[in-house]
Amino acid sequence: MTLFAVACAGIFPAIHVGRPWLAYWLFPYPSTMGVWPQFRSPLMWDVFAVSTYATISALFWFIGLVPDLATLRDRSTNPATRIIYGILSLGWRGSARHWHRYETAYLLLAGLATPLVLSVHTVVSFDFAVGIVPGWHTTIFPPYFVAGAIYSGFAMVLMLAIPIRKIYGLEDFITERHLQNAAKVMLATGLIVAYGYGIEAFMGWYSGDRYDAFTLWNRLHGPYAGLYYLLLICNIFIPQVLWIRKLRTSPIALFFVSGVILVGMWLERFIIVVVSLHRDFLTSSWGMYYPTRWDWMTYIGTIGMFLAAIFLFVRLLPMISIFEMRTLLPEAEVKE
Amino acid sequence: MKREPMYGIMAEFDSAQALIDAAKRTHEAGYKKIDAYSPFPIEGLAEELGFHRDEVPLVVLIGGIVGGLTGYLMQYWMSAVDYPLNIGGKPYHSWPAFIVITFEMTILFAGISAVFGMLALNGLPMPYHPVFNVPRFALASKDRFFLIVFSSDPKYDPAGTFDFLQALEPRSISEVPS
Repeated sequence: MTLFAVACAGIFPAIHVGRPWLAYWLFPYPSTMGVWPQFRSPLMWDVFAVSTYATISALFWFIGLVPDLATLRDRSTNPATRIIYGILSLGWRGSARHWHRYETAYLLLAGLATPLVLSVHTVVSFDFAVGIVPGWHTTIFPPYFVAGAIYSGFAMVLMLAIPIRKIYGLEDFITERHLQNAAKVMLATGLIVAYGYGIEAFMGWYSGDRYDAFTLWNRLHGPYAGLYYLLLICNIFIPQVLWIRKLRTSPIALFFVSGVILVGMWLERFIIVVVSLHRDFLTSSWGMYYPTRWDWMTYIGTIGMFLAAIFLFVRLLPMISIFEMRTLLPEAEVKE
Repeated sequence: MKREPMYGIMAEFDSAQALIDAAKRTHEAGYKKIDAYSPFPIEGLAEELGFHRDEVPLVVLIGGIVGGLTGYLMQYWMSAVDYPLNIGGKPYHSWPAFIVITFEMTILFAGISAVFGMLALNGLPMPYHPVFNVPRFALASKDRFFLIVFSSDPKYDPAGTFDFLQALEPRSISEVPS
């Protein structure tokens, strides 16, 4: 079930990949100019990683819903919804042979999706790590981006699951144990992220490279230093309260800690992108970043789009897999 | 081809255990063309019906191999054969840079074959199926368990099969029109 929630949480951000109007140039289509994309560039790797990730997540999510859509089809009393759910359920009838192949396919898909989660964040980090900008050009990025992704992913899942659990009375399905396990995962990945920050700072000093050392100095004392300290507070210090069992089992505390982590992860991206770029190699390109109205609108708009998609999903489709819950019932047990 | 007037005879059971016992006895009685329907997967039920070959893993393996080859050969052909570009003095066939996309294409093709291979082997999507003619079958996606003997089974005989299924003490029994 957690897996299902993570799959759902993972699919929606995939919708929000930036789409400049020439984005299709990134795909290897036979163009009239006869040129092909440049496959030695991490940007191309990213195109394939993100589109594969989106496709596999969508398939995984849909295939997980098919038996539940059949249940909705058989339960609906209104002919229109019956037809819609009937089409979406692909004529699923619960045959034993079908279930057998279904479970094999679902298991294999889950197995294939797991390395994909690691690879997508690794490849995103290559976009930075292959660049030569100080603060980007580091080999710690892939593991530390993966840990950061799991860290913020679980924080996001908790921020969604805790209110949904309360509003719809799902305490028996999303139990305290699930929340507690999610908190433990956040604690562990948070420490990996902290290690990543530590290594970044250490390498800034140990490399002896003036530009790297300056990036470190600039983070600690530059115009954006306040944000760096806030990042350390949000992502490293406050989440340490999850060592306390009482707070791990308190939904309200977890909700707030998750919110703090999400702010922290947003700050991390800001520091990586903006703070590294605003003091470049060339002093002539130095400057300060102030978000424009359009920046704010894009930011708020993506949050709105994500929430709209989530609310529609919760309203129209089963948010917890029905058939998977049934297999947990005592009636489902059979002895040979 | 002579068309059987009936598609089969279907018995309804209350629990997964009752269904699996009934499936076992029916299979042992020599019926080969049978199927069972349940609202959730039941471990071992398909085996009781005489289902032993699941081709899904093979399809996924083939899909993965084809995907990996496609990914690699596509990059090789585009970067080294069709339109060679000199990028920073790197060789045209700079294979380490091709690994990421090869991996992604392997997973993509394998995942797509898992989903569509499973659907194709199951014969889905199939919006109409004779079993849906039985009104009580709507419960098969809810909380009831069904066993069917198809009329194409060599041992099938309308009265005898009906009596045999009746002896399994189902909750209800019905004929499935084709």
